[in-house]
Amino acid sequence: MGFKSYCFKKSLWVFHFGGASCNNCDIEILDCLTPRHDLERFGILLVGSIRHADVLLVNGSINTHDKERLIEIYEQAPKPLLVVAIGACGCTGGIFADSITFAGPVDKVIPVDAYIPGCPPKPEAIIAGIVKLVNK
Amino acid sequence: MAVDLFYFLVFPGLLFAGITGGFLSWFDRKLTARVQFRKGPPLLQPFYDFFKLLLVKETILPKHGSPVTFLLAPVFSVFGATMAGVFILLPLFNITTGFRGDLLVIFYLLTIPSFSYIIGSLASGNPLAAVGGSREMKLILSYELTFLLVIAGVIMKCGQQFDLHSIIKTQQAASPFIGSVSGVLLFIVAVFCIQAKLALVPFDMPEAEAEITEGIFIEYSGASYAFIKLTKYIMLFILPSLLAAILLGGFRLDGIHILWSILKVLGIVLLLTLIRNTNPRIKIKQAVSFFLIWMNLIAVIAIVLIAFGY
Repeated sequence: MGFKSYCFKKSLWVFHFGGASCNNCDIEILDCLTPRHDLERFGILLVGSIRHADVLLVNGSINTHDKERLIEIYEQAPKPLLVVAIGACGCTGGIFADSITFAGPVDKVIPVDAYIPGCPPKPEAIIAGIVKLVNK
Repeated sequence: MAVDLFYFLVFPGLLFAGITGGFLSWFDRKLTARVQFRKGPPLLQPFYDFFKLLLVKETILPKHGSPVTFLLAPVFSVFGATMAGVFILLPLFNITTGFRGDLLVIFYLLTIPSFSYIIGSLASGNPLAAVGGSREMKLILSYELTFLLVIAGVIMKCGQQFDLHSIIKTQQAASPFIGSVSGVLLFIVAVFCIQAKLALVPFDMPEAEAEITEGIFIEYSGASYAFIKLTKYIMLFILPSLLAAILLGGFRLDGIHILWSILKVLGIVLLLTLIRNTNPRIKIKQAVSFFLIWMNLIAVIAIVLIAFGY
């Protein structure tokens, strides 16, 4: 592993995009940054601007409205970018898969690098998923 | 000529100030984590961040706005911070004696990073960045006068001498200026001015407002953002060093005094971090009235006390 990929793995900055979800996965993602399951000790920071992000966390099923915005956000991020789909809605559409406004789970819209299933996934599961992503 | 390049680029210049600033930034993040009952990042985390931004991420230029100014602004801010750092640290480490009036040159050079942030944010063509830029402008208008009053107070106390070397020597011959009542008042005012200059909470409204979409730096990515981070690391080192030089008696580099010198800088960074972690972010008009009314009042009281000899 070269110097560049070592530095990339040790400092991942996360941007959270919430699709049309029930917001439980949002709460669990924010839970990972609280003192109990502290993620900053791995160098992971939550950033506010997509131009600073290395990992795009997408949760929620994607609406027809959200689809263009997700594609725009994906193109605004500087590459290399890793995309993680969180929750049952992000992976397959979950309970929203039969609705009229459903525009496909996340991997129909942008390429995904890791899937973290669960409804909602526990913070430990999210951490395990991020570790698997980093070690890939 | 070669000696000057060495001073600028290596020893108290870019390399030394960058590395020390990186360690101080780690200290700030680790202390923040401990205050919040969590563990913090590992020791080399600021350097991982810097190298990841410099080497791995690509730099995206904005479509609207001017790309040349956008890319030159971080270069100017690194240059300004390094120049100010060299002029502060050379008399502080007793390498040269500076020149007459270099305190005022340092004061002007320290405004270059803030101005380049504003120019860069306005060149990025993003309305949120423009809001952040206008907030930074208002913040500069308010704290610069107060900082100048602190410097004026220190110059008065030292018998009308304008260079940093003689201010340090006066304090080391007698007692540090903070030992007097007016020194304590000037120190309190100066800590708040540094908090605003470094854009730390409670004064970080240009940077993280536009609600957490990172205000003035919203369009920066990759190598240009790496230079902005480098500027912040350098400023986190040189501003507490300037405060240690004008109010706390400077550094003495023999024997046990090396430990006291390190503790002076770490103590000021500790104070900045603790203020950062216990306060909410305030609105820009509250910040303007805080500096223009209350801090100026305290600084003027301190100057009056100096004129009477306290």
